[in-house]
Amino acid sequence: MKKIDVKLITGRLVEQGIHLENKMSDEYLKAAAVCELNERDVAELGIRDEGNVRVKSRFGEVVVMAKVNNENPAGIAFIPMGPWANRVIDPDTGGCGMPHYKGMDAEVGLSYESIPTIKELMEDVK
Amino acid sequence: MELLIKNGVVYDPLNEICGEKMDICVKDDKIVSKVKSPKVIDADGKLVMPGGVDIHAHIAGGKINAGRLLRPEDGRKGTEPRGKLTRACTGYSVPNTYATGYRYAKMGYTFVMEPATPPLLARHTHEELIDTPILDNAILALLDNNWMTMEYVKSGETKKLAAYVAWMIKAVKAYGVKIVNPGGDEAWGWGKNVNIDDSVPNFDVTPRDIIGSLAEANEMLNLPHSIHIHCNDLGHPGNYETTLKSFDVIKGRSNKNRQVMHATHVQFHSYGGSSWKDFESKVDEIAKYVNVKKHVTIDMGQVMLGDTTTMTADGPLEYGLHTITGRKWTNLDVELETGGGITPFLYSSKVAVNTIQWAIGLELALLIKDPWKIVLTTDHPNGAPFITYPIVISLLMSRQKREEVMANVHKAINKRAILPSIERELDWNDIAIMTRAAPARILGLDRYGKGHLGVGADADVAIYDVSPEEKEAKKIQSALLRAKYTIKGGEIVVKDGEIVAVPEGRTYWVNPEFDGKPTKDMLGDLTGKFEKYYSVNLANYPVQDAYLPHPIEIKTKV
Amino acid sequence: MTITDVLCPFCGALCDDVVVEVENNKIVEVKEACEMGVSKMMGHERITTPMIRESGELKETTYEDAVDKTAEILVNSIRPLIYGWSSTTCEAHKKGIELAEEMGAVIDNTASVCHGPSILAIQNVGLPSCTLGQIKNRADLIIYWGSNQAEAHPRHMSRYTSFPRGFFSEEGRKGKKVVVVDVRKTTTVEVADEFIQVAPGEDYPVLSALRAILAGEEDIVPSCVGGVSKERLIELVEKMKDARFGVIFFGLGLTHTRGRHNNVVNAISLVRELNAHTKFVIMPMRGHYNVTGFNQVCTWETGFPFAVDFSRGQPWYNPGETSAVDILNRKECDSALIVASDPAAHFPRKSVEHLAKIPLIQIDPYPNPTMELADVVIPSAIAGVEVEGTAYRMDKVPIRLRKVIEPNHLSDEEILGRILDKVRERRGE
Repeated sequence: MKKIDVKLITGRLVEQGIHLENKMSDEYLKAAAVCELNERDVAELGIRDEGNVRVKSRFGEVVVMAKVNNENPAGIAFIPMGPWANRVIDPDTGGCGMPHYKGMDAEVGLSYESIPTIKELMEDVK
Repeated sequence: MELLIKNGVVYDPLNEICGEKMDICVKDDKIVSKVKSPKVIDADGKLVMPGGVDIHAHIAGGKINAGRLLRPEDGRKGTEPRGKLTRACTGYSVPNTYATGYRYAKMGYTFVMEPATPPLLARHTHEELIDTPILDNAILALLDNNWMTMEYVKSGETKKLAAYVAWMIKAVKAYGVKIVNPGGDEAWGWGKNVNIDDSVPNFDVTPRDIIGSLAEANEMLNLPHSIHIHCNDLGHPGNYETTLKSFDVIKGRSNKNRQVMHATHVQFHSYGGSSWKDFESKVDEIAKYVNVKKHVTIDMGQVMLGDTTTMTADGPLEYGLHTITGRKWTNLDVELETGGGITPFLYSSKVAVNTIQWAIGLELALLIKDPWKIVLTTDHPNGAPFITYPIVISLLMSRQKREEVMANVHKAINKRAILPSIERELDWNDIAIMTRAAPARILGLDRYGKGHLGVGADADVAIYDVSPEEKEAKKIQSALLRAKYTIKGGEIVVKDGEIVAVPEGRTYWVNPEFDGKPTKDMLGDLTGKFEKYYSVNLANYPVQDAYLPHPIEIKTKV
Repeated sequence: MTITDVLCPFCGALCDDVVVEVENNKIVEVKEACEMGVSKMMGHERITTPMIRESGELKETTYEDAVDKTAEILVNSIRPLIYGWSSTTCEAHKKGIELAEEMGAVIDNTASVCHGPSILAIQNVGLPSCTLGQIKNRADLIIYWGSNQAEAHPRHMSRYTSFPRGFFSEEGRKGKKVVVVDVRKTTTVEVADEFIQVAPGEDYPVLSALRAILAGEEDIVPSCVGGVSKERLIELVEKMKDARFGVIFFGLGLTHTRGRHNNVVNAISLVRELNAHTKFVIMPMRGHYNVTGFNQVCTWETGFPFAVDFSRGQPWYNPGETSAVDILNRKECDSALIVASDPAAHFPRKSVEHLAKIPLIQIDPYPNPTMELADVVIPSAIAGVEVEGTAYRMDKVPIRLRKVIEPNHLSDEEILGRILDKVRERRGE
């Protein structure tokens, strides 16, 4: 299956903020379990309308929904901060307390698997 | 609860008691004339004084906390673990609130004035005071770089200014009016500064006008304390002229109870010379003025050689210091009201200017003849942390101690300072005045039971294990650093230099009565300022009662 | 009943002009707030009752039993971690710090995964800053750097920066220049005059280039830095010098990215140096409505702003060693108490794995990923809606949160106070 290399960034979105304190809801999953990509990257992955992607870094992998955002330059993937993003970010703080939330190397590939729910994510770390 | 402090050598200058062997009786939280079945404290041969009153120390609020945050390296000095009664302590020049309370109490101090609160941030200051154990306290509100103030100064509407001052003091639960580099912080909003006769950009008033009008409003409201001023031009060579001009703004005014201007940390304002190269002491000129005038009192702002953290509402000054040292610098301008800055500073004995600064503070205390006019301060932590007071006192009491220090500092002190020629040594009565009686009177707190041991006074007492005849500086210092007993509100809080009780302090605030048309008109103007320019709503501005769990309200009438 | 001048307990902009309609102790309408504020104040799913996990399942219990179980866990641990604090009152912070001191625990705050690096930078070089009203009245150049405030602080621009008319900015938006520096064309860019796109992880060299140009050393700057042409950088420096009052607001785009605190040191240094030319200030865009408050309280009570370790009795501060993520990554803590935050959602997987292994207590109004791992769950009232108390806005202005409806649950402060009492009881004090 087709894969692309990206720089992965995590951050805030209003939608994710609206449901920040309502994380067990479907709305939060819809807002936060997404990966924003440039349409060129999406096309290269062979996704037409919508589809899921597997985002993989040295530190883990997670399935989220691909979403076109052309304000995102090609080669940059954006996942809202939250439990999905945190499956793949670099936990090393470099001695300053802060893990590496933005700018990891990652690989994004088309996926036919479903997006894990929060309960599933939490079961998985237990 | 009754206490009998027996056979102490008592210094109580407000009651003209000077080194008399006598007993002091305490019932509950007050001094009384006799007691029935007291706990007896043997004070035989020991010094007994009222609890210390600090007129000016930056102990709580936005600036000191920004200083703590800026300097974890200072926080790591003087750490002490949690005790049975006490919370963990950190810091030297920027101690945490607990260390502040305990260390003052151990030195026999029971009241501290936090002297520079931006009204918008007053809630923060009160929050920290809640967490500062033992000490009674109060705050002064910065009202001089304030747009409302400057507009009323310009229009000459002194009654509306008085109405505004009254409203603000009540709203932020303050005790009095603070002036810091009047006009300078407004100019600093554009990266500029002003001196006493310069026009403040966009407001068309001079610092001189601001000082005069605020003094008039202050006296109109009959506040217990006078205006409390940090003059323009702080820290610059040749600034003594600005200082004398500032004192002169309100000459001729008087008040039967007290001065009409208290000028703070005058050490930083007594400089001669035209540059750092010919920087010199001009204390002779300052002392000549203060010695003959009645309207002004001052405090020292003593510098001690060593590392400290400077912090003031004088924004441009702190930026200037940062450009000299290149050390880290924090600035906090406060909308419509004031500013502030923080930078670390090392007063080095190898640097001529710093050595002369050290001499200047002592010169002020020694050349001003009447100790009722000069209060002992270090402008904590600007000149030095308050914990150095015992050393300052030993220097004032011992010429030999001064000479020991002078032998090891920059030689410029011999040419550009006056200290080497001064022989005067202060005695315990002078010290009791400068650290208790005078600050209480200057603040107007003597009328509310502070600074003396007369019947009816607050039972705030310090007992030091040192003979009144002691001359050795080291012994004086260690006795003053760790009181034999400190009694606060009738409760023994320090015994043998250790904390034995941690009552919560009380906050004094003034409720000035001033109603009528000027107040109504002023409220209209104020509402406009909030609607257009403030970033918080008027309804959320006044400090709620929850922030003064132990308030002492002082009502004043016109 | 209409309640005015209500504070919004969501983001660090701490808007205090919200109007709330209450009927029968229920909020029926929220006006003036942004979507996120409205959503929070209108309310959503709550934890209804205290719970304790038994054989894998959370079982309902009483406050008394949950508090007792919490005390038992804490007293039996050697190295407890106490974490959270950004969505509750300063009064709760005080209780939490006292508990940490009593337990010899490590207490840390969500700042360590948002603006912790900014605090480290301030400790290096300081912070020339001001209150937000100063910017509203004076600023004519506003730069958002690595901060998508349109998504994270939606009313920041309309209340404090680009749009309002101030005393010296009567023209409002027209008289102000707004520049956005970011790696993506965020929604903030839509209301800006200029967008400068920096390559990911290249903020540090871009800031260095600006400092070099400002110092008159443009000769050493290459023709393109971090994806930005030299000409644009020179233009930006000129703009900064020409401003009467300039400000940089920076966000996690600097703290989360390569260089972390070093990026912020560079940004603050640039602003320091600009003060030789004009008035310039800088401010971190603090996220949660009271993250600043925790740093304030922790600083005056312990001397240090976050990541404070009490295991030696006196406070020991060393982020990287004493910060929550590091302690979890090293598998060091043997229990954790989480208050008003959700580390299971916001920490890296590796940290969450250890959180899942140790006894975990959660105090929060809402079910969230942390609850899925928690052994004790204690529901709390919502600060700023059901509880009053102090919060500090991102510019360190303290304002009192209002209570608009009566709570059905205890406040964080009350719960922590009860835990503290129980801990002392169990330790025979």
